[in-house]
Amino acid sequence: MTTTDLPQPGELPEIAVDPAAFGHLAGAQVNVELDTGDMVLNIGPQHPATHGTLRLVVRLDGERVVAADPIIGYMHRGYEKLTEYRTYPQITTLINRIDWLSSFANEVPFIAAAEQLMGIEAPPRAQYQRTILTELSRIATFLLFLGEMGLQVGAITPAFYGFRDREYVLNLIEAVTGGRFHPNFNRIGGIKDDLPWGWISECRGVMNKVLTSCDEFDDLVAGNPIFQKRTRSIGIIPQELGAAYGVSGSNLRASGVDWDLRRDGPKYLVYDELDWQVWTHPDGDSFSRYWVRLQETRESARMVLQLLDQMPSGPLMAKVPRIIKVPEGEVFVNTENPLGEMGYYVISKGATGPFRTKIRSASFSNVSILPWMLRGVYVPDIVTILASLYFILGDIDR
Amino acid sequence: MADDAATEVLPSRREEATEALTRLQAELGDAPNGAIVEHADAFGDVVVRVRRDAWREVAQVCKERLGFDYLCFIAGIDWMPTPLVAEEGSGDTSTPAQPKEQTYGVAGSDGRYQLFAIVESTRRKSWRLILKTDLPDDDLHADSWVAVYPGADWHEREAWEMYGFVFDGHPSLRHLYLPSEFEGHPLRKDYPLLAREVKPWPGLVDVEPMPGVAGDDETPAVEASTSDGGETA
Repeated sequence: MTTTDLPQPGELPEIAVDPAAFGHLAGAQVNVELDTGDMVLNIGPQHPATHGTLRLVVRLDGERVVAADPIIGYMHRGYEKLTEYRTYPQITTLINRIDWLSSFANEVPFIAAAEQLMGIEAPPRAQYQRTILTELSRIATFLLFLGEMGLQVGAITPAFYGFRDREYVLNLIEAVTGGRFHPNFNRIGGIKDDLPWGWISECRGVMNKVLTSCDEFDDLVAGNPIFQKRTRSIGIIPQELGAAYGVSGSNLRASGVDWDLRRDGPKYLVYDELDWQVWTHPDGDSFSRYWVRLQETRESARMVLQLLDQMPSGPLMAKVPRIIKVPEGEVFVNTENPLGEMGYYVISKGATGPFRTKIRSASFSNVSILPWMLRGVYVPDIVTILASLYFILGDIDR
Repeated sequence: MADDAATEVLPSRREEATEALTRLQAELGDAPNGAIVEHADAFGDVVVRVRRDAWREVAQVCKERLGFDYLCFIAGIDWMPTPLVAEEGSGDTSTPAQPKEQTYGVAGSDGRYQLFAIVESTRRKSWRLILKTDLPDDDLHADSWVAVYPGADWHEREAWEMYGFVFDGHPSLRHLYLPSEFEGHPLRKDYPLLAREVKPWPGLVDVEPMPGVAGDDETPAVEASTSDGGETA
């Protein structure tokens, strides 16, 4: 992109929803007495708060944002087109790289879609191991968030704690799959390998460590008055508007919407066999997004402990033909990924590869609400809001 | 497939889907006077194909009357057969061998281009609805959903740049992913994947015929790969 692409102040799009309909922004009008004329500030494409290359063009009046326009696509890799030229087993390699912090969780809905079309079901032990690995990648993703969110508001210590604990979890994932970030471990009909010897007791130890460090984050970050001052009642997402924008996952639950696809969606994996709860927070601000993710990290760790206790024995793969041909049909499978709702709409025409795959990624919709959210906030809060929404650029750009 | 025990859809889900469809039919009515052209089941989900001129009304009914408050996505489909097709059994693994005739998926289609969207309900939990509408080849216009679901903004920009669909009433149809000078609509089937046109598929040399399949002896794959290895070593 050249500088001529930069939207001029007059070209910034009008936001379709009338902010006055949502009372909390009533105080966000531009101060007429101190009106200094607009300034266009370019944040990114490279900025520590953007997890990749997101560019934000914001029009400022003094310290206040008048309009914001996120510019995405710097990492667009054309996965929807590429899936039309690949076979099903090859595609899992691609989709590992959509949300690279929780690659394993990306594979699950795609494999589930292919399995549903083929009429195959993975054996229980494989389902349990898939659930364990999905929850481990959720913990790894959230631990990075819990530390990094502190960093964005100026607290450096939590970042070290976050990275340290995430490393333990990544080591567990690596011990099973051989890959720290891109496991590529799911197969249509099951999972590639069994857990290595001694892994279960090690995993129990790490989960207890994670539970302890969640208490540390509770004290160090969530209970910190400075952190609360920076995040409370900043960046509020109203329930109805969040849902209409397609904001999902912890971001929506932090606005008080009690909706989790692990519990409410069509059955997938073995979440119905576990004892767990969905956490919500009524406030919808940056702090509540932090709080909800903190509780969900705990909940996931408890889930993994239960899964380790209940895991059945048995085969890891269902009977699958050597060359995978998926019968004609269409299916939409969505799952609750760490960042929100991830879904694949797979259209098959009976070949070894899909005819069309629509990838519904969570961050894309989560970030699309930014023009509305950033209107009227102060410049330092932009970073807090970006960090608390928690998106991965690969998940936006696909 | 769908009747297999492994993919048996929970009866409660099927009931919910039927209820969503019945209520939608009560609101919109069937064609020719009503908006619903066809409906079908896809693994427990209802796929409803509606008339194009009712596309926006459908969204309004879904959101305001039926409680589908959550927009999952809006996207396009191009049903044209993939032009670059490997012959089945030729050993060319660069593309999956797709059928050469134009067929349409669940709930059918009148032509090549279709617009489809999924709406869900965060209150009725497991409710979701797949909506489709046909766009004629010579007039790729549809009403924008932005006023109903503000999240439609980016999805419609994506469908505009990837398929060339025009959304009437969208505030600013600009490029979303691609640079603003970009020409063409990449997700249309007749837009080639250039990497495959320019360079032969590197996987080609590794192809070993399946044991016992005709043509087992005419593929020099194994020899070629060993001799290559010898030269470089």
